Amino acid sequence: MSKFIGASVIMFIPWVLLAGSDPSELILGATVAMVIAGIIYRNLDYAFKSGSLAGAIKFLVVYVPVFLWELVKANIDVAFRVLNPRMPINPGFVKIPTGIKGDYGRLALANSITLTPGTLSVDGDENHLYVHWIDVMGESQKERGELVSGPFEDILGGIFK
Amino acid sequence: MIIVSYILMLIGAFFYAIGGLGIYRMPDLFNRAQAGTKATTLGTLSLLLGVGVQQPSWIPKLLLIAVFIAVTNPVGSSTLARAGYHSGVPIYEGTQVDDLKELYKKEDGLDE
Repeated sequence: MSKFIGASVIMFIPWVLLAGSDPSELILGATVAMVIAGIIYRNLDYAFKSGSLAGAIKFLVVYVPVFLWELVKANIDVAFRVLNPRMPINPGFVKIPTGIKGDYGRLALANSITLTPGTLSVDGDENHLYVHWIDVMGESQKERGELVSGPFEDILGGIFK
Repeated sequence: MIIVSYILMLIGAFFYAIGGLGIYRMPDLFNRAQAGTKATTLGTLSLLLGVGVQQPSWIPKLLLIAVFIAVTNPVGSSTLARAGYHSGVPIYEGTQVDDLKELYKKEDGLDE
């Protein structure tokens, strides 16, 4: 049941964003979302728990601003590197430790690392992410982990356990 | 307001141009992926924001576009980089560290 509700809500929200809040559109969207959710919900591994709403709100309010700030800062940094005639790059593949375990938390962390320029997640294993970094700094894994994922790790860890 | 929106769109276009230049100037696949895929994030967000300022009624749709880009773009570029590494694309000789080598040596050993 919780999967069914979760799937319906996840399909209904994009519909509202696309079609607007006209009553007939809302009824149509809700009906179609529930029919599709009814067909596919057995195959989902996502469950809509009472905690996930609080997590989602925390994600939007705490995480998104931090992320956007890092995004702008890092984009300007890469823009300067590209425009600099000497092109000061110092790339490498580094292995960084991560404490985040769940699939969705991992996805959010890897995507954040990739979206902030200068770092690109390539692969991962149990406790690490492998990141291509355009300007390698730091000596140890721990130090590098702090530099690459530091701003995200703490917040995401609090949201996704 | 119109002027603000055009400035935002111009900033977006500027970052797209930087991305293109980066793809041309960077030495190997991974650095190119860095320059090319990143430009679409700030470039697109700025462009969408500019459109949103001009047409406030489109904001829900623009928000949806931004979310889809934020979810799909990094997955795509990670997959490209990973596939590139696996298929043996030449790596820039200035590359400092390569922690991936040990991981794939293990994995490829298992594959055989």
